Amino acid sequence: MAEYSALSILKNALSGNRDWKPAWRKPEPKPSYDVIIIGGGGHGLSTAYYLAKEHGITNVAVIEKGYLGSGNVGRNTTIVRSNYLLPQNIRFYEHSMKLWENLSHDLNYNVMFSQRGVLNLVHSPSQVDDAIRRGNAMRHQGGDAVFLKPLEIAKLYPGLDVSPKARFPVMGGLLQPRAGTARHDAVAWGYARGADKRGVDLIENCEVIGFIKDGDRVVGVRTTRGDIRAKKVGVAAAGSTGRVMKLAGVDRLPIESHVLQAFVSESLKPILPGVITWGGGHLYVSQSDKGGLVFGGGLDEYNTYAQRGNMPLVEEVMSELLAMFPGFAKVRLLRSWGGVMDMSMDGSPIITTGPLPGMYLNCGWCYGGFKATPASGWCFAWTIAKNAPHEINAPFTLDRYHRGIHIDEKAQGATPKLH
Amino acid sequence: MLITCPYCGPRDVSEYSYQGDANRRRPDPASTDQAAWNAYVYDRVNTAGDHKEYWQHSAGCRVHLAVTRNTLTHKISSVAIARDVVVAERKEAAQ
Repeated sequence: MAEYSALSILKNALSGNRDWKPAWRKPEPKPSYDVIIIGGGGHGLSTAYYLAKEHGITNVAVIEKGYLGSGNVGRNTTIVRSNYLLPQNIRFYEHSMKLWENLSHDLNYNVMFSQRGVLNLVHSPSQVDDAIRRGNAMRHQGGDAVFLKPLEIAKLYPGLDVSPKARFPVMGGLLQPRAGTARHDAVAWGYARGADKRGVDLIENCEVIGFIKDGDRVVGVRTTRGDIRAKKVGVAAAGSTGRVMKLAGVDRLPIESHVLQAFVSESLKPILPGVITWGGGHLYVSQSDKGGLVFGGGLDEYNTYAQRGNMPLVEEVMSELLAMFPGFAKVRLLRSWGGVMDMSMDGSPIITTGPLPGMYLNCGWCYGGFKATPASGWCFAWTIAKNAPHEINAPFTLDRYHRGIHIDEKAQGATPKLH
Repeated sequence: MLITCPYCGPRDVSEYSYQGDANRRRPDPASTDQAAWNAYVYDRVNTAGDHKEYWQHSAGCRVHLAVTRNTLTHKISSVAIARDVVVAERKEAAQ
């Protein structure tokens, strides 16, 4: 396959762009593989990519019910950050950030990673203390963080209401300058192309309808395109984890599926230089390169597998955006959508061997899975290849809940509403 | 989404608070069965389909409801007063 380069763009322009080849093959499933990954989203595709690239395991199939990248990797608000407090999370998301920083070169595919900064606003003295503490924790672990005062923030974000009359006056903000956004679809396509190039079979429109078992051991999957056997089966099904795992006989997990809505406005001239989040409630907004405001808030807060939400949350998100930027009141909304989130009970993910022999599980991304895409695949590939977790994902076990060693970033206890 | 409260009739979902999965049963408070408590606190069936769950009509009559709602379509097939459901279940278990 031809490398993408300035020269290849020029060459293809001269021939009228008729000679571009598809970025990946459409292979028929083989009867057996070394590894099957269930789920052709960001995490599944990056797992396949790193299995091939880092571990030389290329006899791999990624099985996807719909088309590649048709789930949450194509429906998120594209934010990439590593501004966590707990050491386990900082280590994991910093690893991800480092992979992001070289991802376009690594994949030879422009993922449009833009380190435009993520700024978390704070509105009370205790939030100020908390933000400074989190910034110190990040810096202590080798990350980057700066605490900004209201006047510095007002210079960065001219439309932001920083007046003392605001319902929740801005008292400062924690900025992570290396954080930012990426082109979400390109991440899926780049990993897909990179995996395909190394020999991975990407099998689309192929739904898993059961598992082939030898006693307790998982030895393959039954799909709508026939049985496929494998020495190892990895599940990276995000919001559908519960449904897939039930097919394997795992009835209960520390996961609930919830819907998260997101919104895009009509195009505006550049007004938001980076990603900004509001601490008075829960809102995050950035401006896409096309000019649309991309924003979202909290969950609809009831169990659902439907990729759509309800109106009360829409109203809440809009009112939060206007509390920040009153000037956006007349901006028209272009579209909204919902994605199904695999909400874990402590807000942190699960990347582990098991729970059955021959099986590997990657889930619990809550609504922060996009930024984790590179590290999640990197760690999951390691775990599958070596039959043991890497040091970085070793804390993200499935049994940590029952053993009382949660990774609960906000110390809010066992609830599937954290992230 | 509308939920039909047995007392107040059909009301918008914004009047209700979601109280979570109703498939769980708290172990006897005297129980020292660690596994049972862990399962109660952390593990979920996470049904794709008809899901039993609790809602409270918190901006209305404040009654707790046991609702069956399809998590794929959001269609509600039954609403009952939670107390009645739990009491009936306990009676059945005692027999």
